[in-house]
Amino acid sequence: MRTEMRTEMRIPKRTFDAVIVGGGGAGLRAALQLAEANLKVALISKVFPTRSHTVSAQGGITAALANVSDDNWHWHMYDTVKGSDYLGDQDAIEYLCRNAASAVYELEHMGLPFSRLEGGKNAGKIYQRPFGGQSQNYGGEQAIRTCAAADRTGHALLHTLYQRNIAARTQFFDEFFALDLIRDADGYVLGVTALEIETGQPWAFESRATLLATGGACRVFRHSTNAHINTGDGLGMALRAGLPLEDMEFWQFHPTGIPEVGSLISEGVRGEGGFLENKDGEKFMSRYAPNARDLASRDVVARAIAQELRAGRGCGPRGDYVHLKIEHLGAEKIKARLPGIRELSMQFAGADPITDPIPVTPTAHYMMGGIPSNMHGQVVAPIHTGPEEAVPGLYAVGECACVSVHGANRLGGNSLLDLVVFGRAAGMHMIDYLRENPIPRPLPQAEVEKSLGRLARWDKPKGTETVAGLRGDMQKVMQDHCGVYRTEALLKEGLAKLDQVEARLPDAALSDHSRMFNTARLEALELENLMPIARATLVSALARTESRGAHTREDHPQRDDDQWLRHTLYFSENDQLDYKPVKLKPLTVETFQPKERTY
Amino acid sequence: MRFRIYRYDPESGNKPSMRDYELDIDPQGRKVLDALIAIKDTLDESLSFRRSCREGVCGSDGVNVNGANVLACITPLEGLKEPIEIRPLPRLGVIRDLIVDMAQFYQHYRAVKPYLINLDPEPENERLQSPEDRAELDGLWECILCGCCTTSCPSFWWNPDKFLGPAALLQGYRFIADTRDQATDERLDFLEDPYRLFRCHGIMNCVEVCPKNLNPTQAIGKIKTLLVKRAL
Repeated sequence: MRTEMRTEMRIPKRTFDAVIVGGGGAGLRAALQLAEANLKVALISKVFPTRSHTVSAQGGITAALANVSDDNWHWHMYDTVKGSDYLGDQDAIEYLCRNAASAVYELEHMGLPFSRLEGGKNAGKIYQRPFGGQSQNYGGEQAIRTCAAADRTGHALLHTLYQRNIAARTQFFDEFFALDLIRDADGYVLGVTALEIETGQPWAFESRATLLATGGACRVFRHSTNAHINTGDGLGMALRAGLPLEDMEFWQFHPTGIPEVGSLISEGVRGEGGFLENKDGEKFMSRYAPNARDLASRDVVARAIAQELRAGRGCGPRGDYVHLKIEHLGAEKIKARLPGIRELSMQFAGADPITDPIPVTPTAHYMMGGIPSNMHGQVVAPIHTGPEEAVPGLYAVGECACVSVHGANRLGGNSLLDLVVFGRAAGMHMIDYLRENPIPRPLPQAEVEKSLGRLARWDKPKGTETVAGLRGDMQKVMQDHCGVYRTEALLKEGLAKLDQVEARLPDAALSDHSRMFNTARLEALELENLMPIARATLVSALARTESRGAHTREDHPQRDDDQWLRHTLYFSENDQLDYKPVKLKPLTVETFQPKERTY
Repeated sequence: MRFRIYRYDPESGNKPSMRDYELDIDPQGRKVLDALIAIKDTLDESLSFRRSCREGVCGSDGVNVNGANVLACITPLEGLKEPIEIRPLPRLGVIRDLIVDMAQFYQHYRAVKPYLINLDPEPENERLQSPEDRAELDGLWECILCGCCTTSCPSFWWNPDKFLGPAALLQGYRFIADTRDQATDERLDFLEDPYRLFRCHGIMNCVEVCPKNLNPTQAIGKIKTLLVKRAL
């Protein structure tokens, strides 16, 4: 970087109206809103933006366009509330579903190459496919609601948003790794510290508003569908700034990941007519979800597969997967609608789905919890008075945030929607906030120093532990103790093991202390973000003595609305837990009262 | 398995060199990226490379393996001749080890204005596009910007600053081919240049190496056809 401005600080500083951390769909959508409002916005990303994990999203983005089946956003809202196992906040869910159609049209206007419908009165409109948990008329027939660009919808969405940001002249800081929030004594967030990866130079980014859009953290697990970069960096930053994480016990295990490798096989495969079979050739989903069968909600299908495997009905020499079959769709349809899936299956499972079944098993996929935020993207926490006081200057959007629209279980196709609806909402709110707060507050030097100290810790010359070793051990603990099925004993044992892994962290050292593009140092910093996330998960899961959505406690198999219709808040200090009520009141429509959830 | 990997540490003052590694890994079902990660985790923490999705969709880990540009994460170890030689993508500056400076590549991408230009008022709903018109975009929009094609192209090697290269030209054509885009003339004006477009001599290395099986040469040919038609 050429334009260096020296301050009294030891490190150079850049000043912007707004700083966005993360270049996936959520960060890019928010950046676009700000850049098009002629604000000075910097987008910091640890990878070139099109390498972000949004690119891996496959099946689609859900919106009640009614291009194929009769539809409206009220039905989509009902499905989302039900899918969340009633833990989702209904005001935010109304906002999400009410704005879904316009968000998708907006993407189309931006140039997103959606697949198109053939023939009839809807010829040339956006293609939609069936997805799990989507119904017409509040739990009736399957709805056809998920908008798709073949099976590469995330790629199409991410590239389109990046391209619009080029047009809007957003300022990108590619391959900058955000270290810490800079938060002053009054609680205002005034920017971030970040490491320029290529040179190893730390920078201060000063901004009146800061948005975290750092994505998920499934790399706490040994097997996951997630990219290597999904290390929950924003969550680590929030915890270190004294902020809580919400609902961290809820992680989605996607029913269909490729065993060992983890690569995702889209729910769109079942949406297009694929089905699951056990080793006896039985289409077992009809036993678990007689109506929706293979298109039941993800938590339901994941548990069903896990049950089949436990009962010894898994396929393969170890009986550790089931079959996903689509041969009957025919080569032409598979090539047109599911080309990416076919590629992945051939590359990573050695199976061409035109002729062979795809081996699949439940795999960690999505973090429903995250940094507590509201539907304007503001980060909210119990600070002085209520449980939801806005942290001035701080926003969070996308998988790193917990709005909460996904509650205890996210529906497929609602994740890409979350990114663009709340990315835009956060951008709009930040514009107002910046107008109301025109004067920058002084940057607290001590906070910046603290961050540099954290970085300097990895200059330690010698140690007995390695980053890769500790990461592997942490991932094994999470995989073994915090999977689809949980019990108090299992979780307690997991927490004790995690204590031991964490205790070894101070003894870790790098052998590579170079400055330029030191990826070993990045992995160390990422581990420091992952470790407290694993802890938050185990502590939150241990406390919740019920089964709801993706959190299944075998020792507490029932949902318990009297006791647990509430959100968990986890604080790093002493592993403290707090709770806040679920918002059952939507913005304008009637509440969807919690009831038994069947598919 | 035996590996020979290109190493360059910009801080050491030493010239780049090839380093040998012997890794205990079962190649069955594993990819080159698995080996790189295993080497970094167990043998040499300083080995540096980019990676993200590990499934061939993000385009981070383009490298040269035994002389061919590939994505490390989808290239099977099985069947590769040992020692497996891994080098950075050719012609771009090396920042460190397998990490190349992509600035020039991204600059060419930006130069083609890779975004839809349509100045009409936006309709209430989606703009209509027939499935046939939409099919014109297949084989174009799936590009992951990994750089395997551009860095395998001799025309790019000779004129990296002036010839846009197959990846950027493919994206240029992606918007020309989109029935929703209104800037075809402007786009063709920009490309009608002895270097930007016409340095492509149809060598087709790009087609051979593209990990997504796209065909930049064909897209470039279609741009040339449009320019000829326009001149008539």
